[in-house]
Amino acid sequence: MHPVRKQRLYLVLFVIVFSSAAIGLVLYGLSGNINLFYPPAEVAAGKAPVGQPIRVGGMVVDGSIERSDDSLEVRFEVTDYQAKVAIVYEGILPDLFDEGQGAVAAGMLNEAGVLEATEVLAKHDENYMPPEVADALEASGRLPDGGAKL
Amino acid sequence: MIAEFGHFALIIALCLSVLLSVIPLWGAWRGNVVAMSLAPSLAIGLFVFAGISFACLATVFLQDDFSVAVVAANSNSLLPHIYKFSAVWGNHEGSLLLWILILCVWMAAVALFSSQLPLLMLSRVLAVMGIVAVGFISFSLFTSNPFARLLPGTPADGQDLNPLLQDPGLIIHPPLLYMGYVGFSVAFAFAIAALLGGRLDASWARWSRPWTNVAWAFLTLGIMLGSWWAYYELGWGGWWFWDPVENASFMPWLAGTALVHSLAATEKRGLFKSWTVLLAIFAFSLSLLGTFLVRSGVLTSVHAFATDPARGLFILVFLAFVVGGSLTLYALRAPAVSSRVSFSWLSRESLLLVNNVVFLVSTLTVLFGTLFPLLMDALGQGKYSVGPPYFNAVFVPLMAVLIPFMGIGPVSRWKGDSAARWRAELLLPAIAAVICGVTVPLLHGGEYNVWVALAVVLASWLLFGLARDVWYRVRGASTAARGFRRLTPSYLGMVVAHLGFAAAVVGVVATSQYNIEHDLKMQPGDTEVIAGYSFTFTEVAQVRGPNFVADEARFDVYENGRLLTRLAPQKRRYLASGQVMTEAAIDDGLWRDLFVAMGEPIGNEGAWAIRLHYKPMVRWMWLGAIMMALGGFATVADKRYRQRKVARNEVSEGVSGAAA
Repeated sequence: MHPVRKQRLYLVLFVIVFSSAAIGLVLYGLSGNINLFYPPAEVAAGKAPVGQPIRVGGMVVDGSIERSDDSLEVRFEVTDYQAKVAIVYEGILPDLFDEGQGAVAAGMLNEAGVLEATEVLAKHDENYMPPEVADALEASGRLPDGGAKL
Repeated sequence: MIAEFGHFALIIALCLSVLLSVIPLWGAWRGNVVAMSLAPSLAIGLFVFAGISFACLATVFLQDDFSVAVVAANSNSLLPHIYKFSAVWGNHEGSLLLWILILCVWMAAVALFSSQLPLLMLSRVLAVMGIVAVGFISFSLFTSNPFARLLPGTPADGQDLNPLLQDPGLIIHPPLLYMGYVGFSVAFAFAIAALLGGRLDASWARWSRPWTNVAWAFLTLGIMLGSWWAYYELGWGGWWFWDPVENASFMPWLAGTALVHSLAATEKRGLFKSWTVLLAIFAFSLSLLGTFLVRSGVLTSVHAFATDPARGLFILVFLAFVVGGSLTLYALRAPAVSSRVSFSWLSRESLLLVNNVVFLVSTLTVLFGTLFPLLMDALGQGKYSVGPPYFNAVFVPLMAVLIPFMGIGPVSRWKGDSAARWRAELLLPAIAAVICGVTVPLLHGGEYNVWVALAVVLASWLLFGLARDVWYRVRGASTAARGFRRLTPSYLGMVVAHLGFAAAVVGVVATSQYNIEHDLKMQPGDTEVIAGYSFTFTEVAQVRGPNFVADEARFDVYENGRLLTRLAPQKRRYLASGQVMTEAAIDDGLWRDLFVAMGEPIGNEGAWAIRLHYKPMVRWMWLGAIMMALGGFATVADKRYRQRKVARNEVSEGVSGAAA
């Protein structure tokens, strides 16, 4: 074989081997590290899996936030105005987390249907709402007015 | 009045950019020298009018003209002046105008500093940048006019700048980031110009290289500042989130890193020509993709401004035009510029190839992780999110694969080298690196950490390899000073940048492995000890800033019973918007940061949720990034980029240069 062509062959082989390794890494990285969003209505209907990482989001129900007096545990509910999901979280909540505002929690559902959250995200400015929450609210026909949608 | 003036200036800039994208290209096609030589003047005119437009927007912000919609939405009369100024780019419309201004700065720089460039090339480069400018200026004028008025119904005061953006880091982070992002448009324009002309030789690489290195260095600084800002401003001590918008700036950086290295091979050896051109197209396309991701609001992110779908569509169409057009051109013309130079497997070329493959694969995996949620959503598979574990699982091994080769790179020779020579040169550094890796984690005490050991082995492998190489190059001279003077700026730039990479690796791994984070309930009088530092919560006080009121928690920090420092994190409530924000307090140091932030009040007895973090060597990664950027800037000082007459055949010089 012509040396340049031989070199190209090795090059192609190297790229193939390396990219396969990379694709393997990607698949490994994806397994268990991606999670699906469920609106509260679907969680209430039992469509969300128990014991797998998922995200749930909606508006934080007025008057639902309960803080523990001796630890960082917080309990609250989110709703898409069709159903409510109870969430328990131990840690420091983001600054913009509040009753009547949009929030997304990531974690696992337990047997009692409570989401044990490892992370809570709130919308980060006055005019913005997480797209998942906006869509969930739109699906239930309760999207608040005033620039809340994207 | 000033707003209308700015609007008018922007319209003139649009007209000039249309002229710039048409006349010089026509001139290059017809061989009309007059038309071609209009390009630099048009580029400078464009810069002047974009500058006037930007100055007008800054003026209306500083004058609190709340009849202008963006000022009313993003500023406030109580806002300190410096933040009124940075508020210009703290919103979608203004940041786009900054994008345009910086594009014009690059264009003017190319027009002014390229006297050694043939007119044909220069006119094509500027015209391609002109086309990009047409796209962005019309985007600004037609979908997001920063000068739109609120008439009637001018509010008495503005709604205030998002408190997160009221920070010194945010004054310089966007401009630096955009300098990098947009700077790749120069590399892109050179690539397209080369394809148009069908001429791609070492002198092309020599022209394109300094611009690419500078853009890359700016992007490095911009990303580093963004990470630093997130660390102290978002209030929970993270420094990299794999957030889609961070990825949007990181992908061009990864592609740009590959480009910087493949340009080296193209300049020195005339190799990888068409590949280099493709990388230049990729790097800029990824910059545009980043802009699309941020501006269209398709992804959830801390950076997403309130957006509207028309904007997303506009950028998507523009992106399709640029990527589609340049790839079509590439497909048609790449065979004309491809190279037939052979090299041995043990050579610097191979090692640069490894660099390119690793960085390209990293870019693609980050791209995949960023777009995966969009893809699944578009296919109706539900709303997924891809978290940091994915990115860490993929990215970290790729970088670990890279470093062993990276250590050999600088000592290797072009064209052909031998394993025996590498062994002779690098055996000592390899042994020293392993010894360092095994012993250094012992200094930290506590449980022996294998990952830190591995990071130290890799980083010191780079360090000792470079040290040995510098020593070989310097030792022949009569005095050390004379020897150092022999080293070229571009070689020193490479050394500094690689050392910066080593420092960043150590910083990232040490912080991730050794950091201690305690989130707990504390009330005044409580003491908590982490990593030998004892934090005593003394009191909570009410304080008032220029445009906020705050609860301030005061901590005394003791080390070995001796008062080390006092830290006072705040929980602020901004008066105009009512928004609450956490201001962390940090005691910084080269070897460790102490970080305190407040959560929310707990119960009725004055207790608060408190975040206490101990972050060892977290500064190293930012220092490393600064070193990488300095390295990038240093290469421009090289004499060979300033020679007016460019030799035709660089190959022989490249070989002797590497052997020296």
